[in-house]
Amino acid sequence: MSSQHVKRVDLIFEKIECREVLKKVVDIEPDDICQEVLDSDLKGRGGAGFPTGLKWRFTAKEKDPVKYIVCNADEGEPGTFKDREILDQVPGKVFCGMAIAGRAIGAKVGYVYLRGEYKFLIPKLNEELIKFHKTMDEFNQNFRILIRLGSGAYICGEESALFESIEGKRGEPRNKPPYPTVSGLFGKPTVINNVETLVHTVMIMNYGASHFKELGTKDSRGSKVFSVSGDTPKAGIFELELGMTVDEFVNDFGDGDTKAVQVGGASGFCVPRKKFDETIIGFEGMPTGGSMKLFNSSRSMYNVLHNYLDFFTEESCGQCTPCRVGCQQLLKGVEAVKRGEKNSKYLDELVKLAKTMKRASKCGLGQSVGNAFGSIVENFKEEIIY
Amino acid sequence: MVSLSINGMQAKVPEGTTILDAAKQMNFRIPTLCHHDDLCVAGNCRVCVVEQLGAKSLVAACAAPVSEGMQILTNSLKVRSARKHIIELLLSEHNADCTKCYKNGMCELQNLSNEFAVGDHIFIDLNTIKDYTVDRFSPSIQKDDSKCIRCQRCVRTCEQLQGVNALTVAYKGDEQRISTFEDLSMAEVICTNCGQCINRCPTGALVERTYLDEVWDAILDPNKHVVVQTAPAVRVGLGEELGLEPGKRVTGQMVAALKRLGFDSVLDTDFTADLTIMEEGTELLTRLKQALVDKNPDVALPMTTSCSPGWVKFIEHTYPEYLPNVSSCKSPQQMFGALAKTYYSQNRNLDPKNVVSVSIMPCTAKKYEANRPEMRSSGFKDVDYVLTTRELARMIKQAGVEFSQLKEDKYDSIMGASSGAGVIFGATGGVMEAALRTAYEIVTGREVPFENLNITPVRGMEGVRQASVLIEDCKEEWSFLNGVELKCAIAHGLVNARELMDGVKSGEINVHFIEVMACPGGCLGGGGQPIPTNEEIRKKRTEAIYAEDMSMEVRKSHENPEIIGIYKEFLGEPLGHKSHELLHTHYTERVRY
Repeated sequence: MSSQHVKRVDLIFEKIECREVLKKVVDIEPDDICQEVLDSDLKGRGGAGFPTGLKWRFTAKEKDPVKYIVCNADEGEPGTFKDREILDQVPGKVFCGMAIAGRAIGAKVGYVYLRGEYKFLIPKLNEELIKFHKTMDEFNQNFRILIRLGSGAYICGEESALFESIEGKRGEPRNKPPYPTVSGLFGKPTVINNVETLVHTVMIMNYGASHFKELGTKDSRGSKVFSVSGDTPKAGIFELELGMTVDEFVNDFGDGDTKAVQVGGASGFCVPRKKFDETIIGFEGMPTGGSMKLFNSSRSMYNVLHNYLDFFTEESCGQCTPCRVGCQQLLKGVEAVKRGEKNSKYLDELVKLAKTMKRASKCGLGQSVGNAFGSIVENFKEEIIY
Repeated sequence: MVSLSINGMQAKVPEGTTILDAAKQMNFRIPTLCHHDDLCVAGNCRVCVVEQLGAKSLVAACAAPVSEGMQILTNSLKVRSARKHIIELLLSEHNADCTKCYKNGMCELQNLSNEFAVGDHIFIDLNTIKDYTVDRFSPSIQKDDSKCIRCQRCVRTCEQLQGVNALTVAYKGDEQRISTFEDLSMAEVICTNCGQCINRCPTGALVERTYLDEVWDAILDPNKHVVVQTAPAVRVGLGEELGLEPGKRVTGQMVAALKRLGFDSVLDTDFTADLTIMEEGTELLTRLKQALVDKNPDVALPMTTSCSPGWVKFIEHTYPEYLPNVSSCKSPQQMFGALAKTYYSQNRNLDPKNVVSVSIMPCTAKKYEANRPEMRSSGFKDVDYVLTTRELARMIKQAGVEFSQLKEDKYDSIMGASSGAGVIFGATGGVMEAALRTAYEIVTGREVPFENLNITPVRGMEGVRQASVLIEDCKEEWSFLNGVELKCAIAHGLVNARELMDGVKSGEINVHFIEVMACPGGCLGGGGQPIPTNEEIRKKRTEAIYAEDMSMEVRKSHENPEIIGIYKEFLGEPLGHKSHELLHTHYTERVRY
């Protein structure tokens, strides 16, 4: 195993005085806040990678007097557990980030949508929230944060399904447009950011955009918290500089027998050994919400794929045809091929179906089922068939 | 205006137009399943996906508004392959045993499958893996999840048009389905049996409970005397189900067809609609007298109509505190049923136990109503079988009757004569108008002060309407009403009924008399009427109803000669002893789920 390490960073979990950041921010013009975040080139850390500053500015420009900032803490992607740690270690920074966003866009209320399984964090978050609200009062800021608990549906991590859930409805994605920046929570202009993204904005306001940009690459600035799991001696949470290749990552975290890495969880892509070298982890290559799952040669990629498809079959909201029925067909399809009930050519039909799902599904869930499916079938076809 | 191109052709359409509508304007039909003119956008079946040049994924034409410079392809390779896949996926999940399906030949999924020549069935059959049971507990609605394509039209109907929310989306992923509170049967929940979900279901997942065989058995039984009654709205809908244009009045042909089917007597619900006006109008005047003269604080006003069984069940579930306000009159169907086995049987020297009473209704809730335990005041089940307009059309087809060739025939007697006031029961506002025509004349001795007796302020398609009539120069016995402005309110569609009742509750709406019809447009838009339905079709049926009214010799219920006759020979007077026994009923508070 190589001793070469990917660069560790300590920004997200760095204990800072949020009070001081807030004190500074309340005197900055909202548009200047947007500009600073825009200058940092920060992209959303939930995985989709939309420029955060742009999202804030779009919402800031909306005329509606009521707007919301929502923190997406419904961390449900299989193999992702970084937001739990952030909320556990530095909850004040998350709230601080929401206050900054709130000021930037003109929102007076923020919501934290917390994954149901993270209920145990609530006492701690409430305690921190009392402190936070005191600080806001002290700075004459009329900004309040409410916490809402999910009920365990993966789909509620999708932004518009999340809004529906907060509104007390069944968590089903909405049609887009309109986008949340125009019509989000309760039909109001809304910024919805991942937990980690919000903490990054705190650090950007604290140290400046240029400091943030010192790390990473042109397309993937800064650092990112990774949830490392699977066949690795170093499972856990690591904040790493963006821009490394999968090869560099595997050299650091692999067990010496890594045959594939699933980047970005069930909705991400599977990178086989032969492509480690050419695959950059970042928005120019393989974007990820943070999940890095390593598989060694003892693993059956059929089982891996089956597991993911089983997950999607259950967690699709069921609303749109390509996703609801498509997931079931992919799952039953690979099972039939494995059992020899369908010949190997049937996999080609399923690959085409996965393409339709990507193109025609209503939301990101259905659109990304094909990622894992396509990349595993393409690279490990023989394991699926035999 | 926004300019865009569709399949290379330039178009300009108003901002906010969907791609679907823009394409329609250019004579490109994009297939849809979850879309319905009456409902909000869903965008979930994805059959309507089209290609937008430059966009990453396909877009749902029903949900996406046009934007400037947009280039749309409705039939590209990508679109065709996705659309075919989606239809295949739906079929793989669908109980495709079409020949056994009640909607065979009238199913939107079947049509699409035919259009796209889907014959390969490339995907694995998922339907047989799942465990479905058909819900046949409701006397009105049959729900078969194995045929459901999860388009949620029924859910949106129940929520947005009816405000009932009996149907809802339950579970997720492969287990997602349309269900009810705690998966109870349709018979056990807040469902009003209005059948609006049936009218909008694209497949055979939601259909009426059908009683065709029972009715045929009765007709073909030489020992039975089968009486049939036809509701006002059937005569303006039936033609559609038999290939005629919406809005065609087929009263005479319908009567002729019913006679050819073998019914022993073809009679008219309009007769008991007129009777309802006599009873209900008198009830209203009595309540007003008790309130204004006797100063009785316990009199429940405003009084509401009770002819719509969907509305009755709705108020029993939702506003039970207002049950005393509901007129105690049975609906025209049930009045007819009670009289068929008493007055009619006596008149014809028939043993009521050999009389089978069948009604043809634009309604599915009528099936439930006929089965209510209260509806046996003749000593028998007052109405034995209720068929929808659609079921009648099917009987006509089964019997091989060439409907379009039939000459007009007349209703039999007795209980076949009616007035224009009875006919307009079929349209929203009609009961109100009919009641005013009679009540005003009873009280003042003069006709209602509207041209041609057409009380236009109570007509129309607005969800909640209010109107008033000033009562002056009363007859002596009604002098207490002198100067009273009789105020009324009308709602159609239960979501509007809810709005109206909430207004009454808060005191915002202060009226004497309320008419509610559970279905959009009134009975002519009922859950037993021909499919499809939309506002345009309902407007055409409405025009037909009012034209039918104008064509009638008698326009006022109290002038119907058979009505005068039945009071003379049998009932005595409105609200008299016999009326109470046969024509009035009571209501029950029900659960709120």
